[in-house]
Amino acid sequence: MRFRIPLTRRSILISGLVLGMAACAGTARAQQPLKVAAVHASPVENAWNSRLHDALRAAADEGIITYEFSEGVSATDYARALRDYAEKGNQLIVGEAYAIEREARQVARDYPDTAFLMGSSGEPQGDNFGVFGTWNHDAAYLAGMLAGALTRSGTVGSVGAMPIPEINMLINAFAAGVKEVRPDAKHQVSFIGTFFDPPKAREASFALIDSGADILFGERIGTADAARERGVRAVGSLTDYTSRYPDTVFANAVWNFRSILDAAVRDVNAGKTTGNNYTPFSLLKEGGNDIVYVKGVAPAEAEAAMEAKREAIKAGTFVTPITTTPPS
Amino acid sequence: MTELTDILSAAGLWAAMLRIATPLIFGTLGALIGERAGVLNLGIEGIMTFGAVTGWLVVFNGADLWVGVLAAALAGMAFGLLHALMTVTLGLSQHVTGLGITLFASSLGYFIFRLTTPAASTPPTITPFQPLSSAMPGIASLFDGGFWGAVVFSQTTLTFAAIAMAGLLAYIIRATPLGLAIRMSGENPHAAEAQGINPVVIRYGTVMIGSALMAIGGAFLTLSAFNSFFPGMVQGRGWICIALVVFATWRPERALFGALLFAFFDAFQLRLQAVLADSVPYQLFLMVPYLISILALIVMARQARVPQALMQPYRRGER
Repeated sequence: MRFRIPLTRRSILISGLVLGMAACAGTARAQQPLKVAAVHASPVENAWNSRLHDALRAAADEGIITYEFSEGVSATDYARALRDYAEKGNQLIVGEAYAIEREARQVARDYPDTAFLMGSSGEPQGDNFGVFGTWNHDAAYLAGMLAGALTRSGTVGSVGAMPIPEINMLINAFAAGVKEVRPDAKHQVSFIGTFFDPPKAREASFALIDSGADILFGERIGTADAARERGVRAVGSLTDYTSRYPDTVFANAVWNFRSILDAAVRDVNAGKTTGNNYTPFSLLKEGGNDIVYVKGVAPAEAEAAMEAKREAIKAGTFVTPITTTPPS
Repeated sequence: MTELTDILSAAGLWAAMLRIATPLIFGTLGALIGERAGVLNLGIEGIMTFGAVTGWLVVFNGADLWVGVLAAALAGMAFGLLHALMTVTLGLSQHVTGLGITLFASSLGYFIFRLTTPAASTPPTITPFQPLSSAMPGIASLFDGGFWGAVVFSQTTLTFAAIAMAGLLAYIIRATPLGLAIRMSGENPHAAEAQGINPVVIRYGTVMIGSALMAIGGAFLTLSAFNSFFPGMVQGRGWICIALVVFATWRPERALFGALLFAFFDAFQLRLQAVLADSVPYQLFLMVPYLISILALIVMARQARVPQALMQPYRRGER
């Protein structure tokens, strides 16, 4: 006996209805892992991208999301990659809109049912284009408090990529932390004008050490290498550099993307708008950033004062100053 | 003004100058020798990147640092061979081929890096070349504390190799039959052929040797200036080298001077930033080396004698 599926209008309508119901049943069960994709403009080793990548992988391991990604995607190819992942049915796409702000927003308009969570200095857009900033300034302030207690020369230095608001507020917070415990301290800053040139960051650090700095805040990788060579100490940013530079890096202003990711995933799962600014989830009191330091390097009373300040930030009784003008 | 004199008299400035100049010296010499024979190599940026990743990967997988340098040189030669094949044998546009090689080599470098190195939170590291002060502490201690000790013995061996290479190439080009053959291939390959010199062989040879030097310049970044590889870390150094060749008016000794001059202003501006950041925007400092180079280029290029057959394919028997 042969079994035939008649390709009539009715059979197509019915099969469409069945498929549609199946799809609804899928979303009705809320604990299905969310399909998440990320498009990284840099390799995932790049400090900033590694924070996203690690948080996404951890969430995938816990079964909250499924995670696929592309890395090293150039600006000219970036919008295409976003569209590819949207076409493939990803519900949330994470990325960085800095270099392709206009194109990324156009992609979000073209795929209104896909949520986008983009690193951006701009505002959120519509119901599906959420933005986040990289705010680890709370932790930088706390690291600055330890650095202020540790510096012998009274001069500290920072190496940054470019004086954009996000980097300015980070370096300013570090300097403010230093000056809270040592008001007479000098803070010098050097910008290298690029994001991906570790040898140049190393040279800028040598220059700061030559002019008297004995603790360096490394917004860029390469800073701690110079510090290690000259036997001075360094503070890391974004990720924990302690194991890469033991005895040199004693504190890190670590940024945790997980709290931002969790907030966005919650909103998508709840069917709420994701056209939000998720930056507040980057704050220390939300778990978005925190200091990771080697105990016993700074004097015990300096560590105690820093921990007290950390509790005050958590309790909301102290708000880390946000200064986005170029540091001096 | 005391700040300025403090910066200028500090050994740190001059040590930084030599460090920053090293990859530029290698790259400029590599581009220069090819151009003297008539072949422009815009593959330099990609070849430097590929040299950086090759040298690093070889050392990361357990080989000696010098084996890494050798591997980078051989990889550079392979790209030089490709460039020569396209531009000398096939006579294709040197601009287009060179840019194509830059795109190809940098992408291939990243591809190989990702295939062989697992993604990690921070890039994996090697132990790079150590400064002479720790490599030969006996001699270095004689100069301990002195200005020259601080400048010379904070360098790695590759820096001295770069300077020696400039001298060697200057000698070869000016004073040897081989140098004459190279110059003739770049000025008038037909006349060279009439003298029994094969310009095709000369061009292949100089492009391959030149590419090897470029790759060593790239490897300096991952084996001496830093200890990890980042795909974009060459950061336009190759293009600076192309400009330095013109600045040097196609002469190796001036290429050395040009690279040192550029590096001097780069090291200088990094130190000025720390001192004068309050009063002057940092962008002006970053501009300084480029501005000075453009000014110098204007002065120097007036007396430049461009190799007459530069960028002209040589076809035997064709007039």
